[in-house]
Amino acid sequence: MTEPQRNEPGSIPRKVIAALRHRVRQMTVVFLCLFLVAPALAVEPDEVLDDPVLEARARELSAEIRCLVCQNESIDSSNAPLAKDLRIIVRERLVGGDSNQEVLDYLVARYGDFVLLRPPMKPATYFLWFGPLAILLLGTLGVGTYFVSLKRRAASDTPVPLSAEEQQRLNELLADTTTENPSVNNPQTHNGGRSESPNS
Amino acid sequence: MGRKLIYFLPIVVFMILGGYFFWGLDPDRNPANIPSVMIDKEVPVFDLARLDGSGVIGFDNDDLKTGTVTLVNAFASWCLPCLAEHPILTELAKRNGIRLYGINYKDRPDDAAEWLREHGNPYARIGADTNGRVSIDWGVYGVPETYIVDGEGRIRYRHIGPLDQAATDEIIIPLIKELSK
Repeated sequence: MTEPQRNEPGSIPRKVIAALRHRVRQMTVVFLCLFLVAPALAVEPDEVLDDPVLEARARELSAEIRCLVCQNESIDSSNAPLAKDLRIIVRERLVGGDSNQEVLDYLVARYGDFVLLRPPMKPATYFLWFGPLAILLLGTLGVGTYFVSLKRRAASDTPVPLSAEEQQRLNELLADTTTENPSVNNPQTHNGGRSESPNS
Repeated sequence: MGRKLIYFLPIVVFMILGGYFFWGLDPDRNPANIPSVMIDKEVPVFDLARLDGSGVIGFDNDDLKTGTVTLVNAFASWCLPCLAEHPILTELAKRNGIRLYGINYKDRPDDAAEWLREHGNPYARIGADTNGRVSIDWGVYGVPETYIVDGEGRIRYRHIGPLDQAATDEIIIPLIKELSK
């Protein structure tokens, strides 16, 4: 029985495996405890509704409502006294038969859109909602324009054919080089400014 | 020309960001100052009972529609900034003859009465908002808060936090004068 199993690499004794299993089970319990405790935030026992469906709705709604005292916390997670009052109001209104939207409207009527953690879509918030998209479009436009202009420049870099006049001058110059007397045509450049032409 | 314009783009972006930061980092700007949605709206319907031991009666929303501008101040004995603005409110009521009503926010009546005895009572009327519900209807999210209500019972201005001399001289008194015309 204590013989190590053949397939185990390195032949770990069963005792060790059992101990490991035990440890893993322990850790699982610890992790489960951690994760099960996490959602229980600021909501106090006396606030919790008897009806689990309504309570679930209340929790869901509270997570969307900003605590005006802490401002970056929802009333669901805030310990401020006002957050507690608002949580109770949310529950009272749900028990009274309000829809979720009616509860939110009730709070917005008193505290404005600021009380909503998710800003509503309306003309005043269009920039907020569409701003990032607009900036992305502008950026895309900018990058696109840049590449198009790059391509155009690359295209314009292909040499323009010489005009008849230029071609003629080039031919003359080439003809001169072959006579092996470049200084005749352009003495200054070829002799560092000193005048050595036979004419002088 | 179009090519030249693009060189101004960084400056434009800088100006926009700079302007935003200038606004955001202004030490006079209070990010906790949430604009009230109640401005220019009628005061909520409420009826606040008197604060026992204060010696003055309570008030309801109809008491704010009597043609006189009223300064409504939410306060509590446990609120230290309320004590800080107390002399200013007293002066407003006494010297400037402004009608001042108080909403006693989530306070023990005994504590509030004791506080008023100790520091003086500038309020012509005080309503006891023991559970804070009426204050929530007003949009109060902390004390002190001060509202200017016109003669028709419409909220015209809200001040968050303790009143200081500057706010009183520059905003409160001129607005009350203007509304009292």
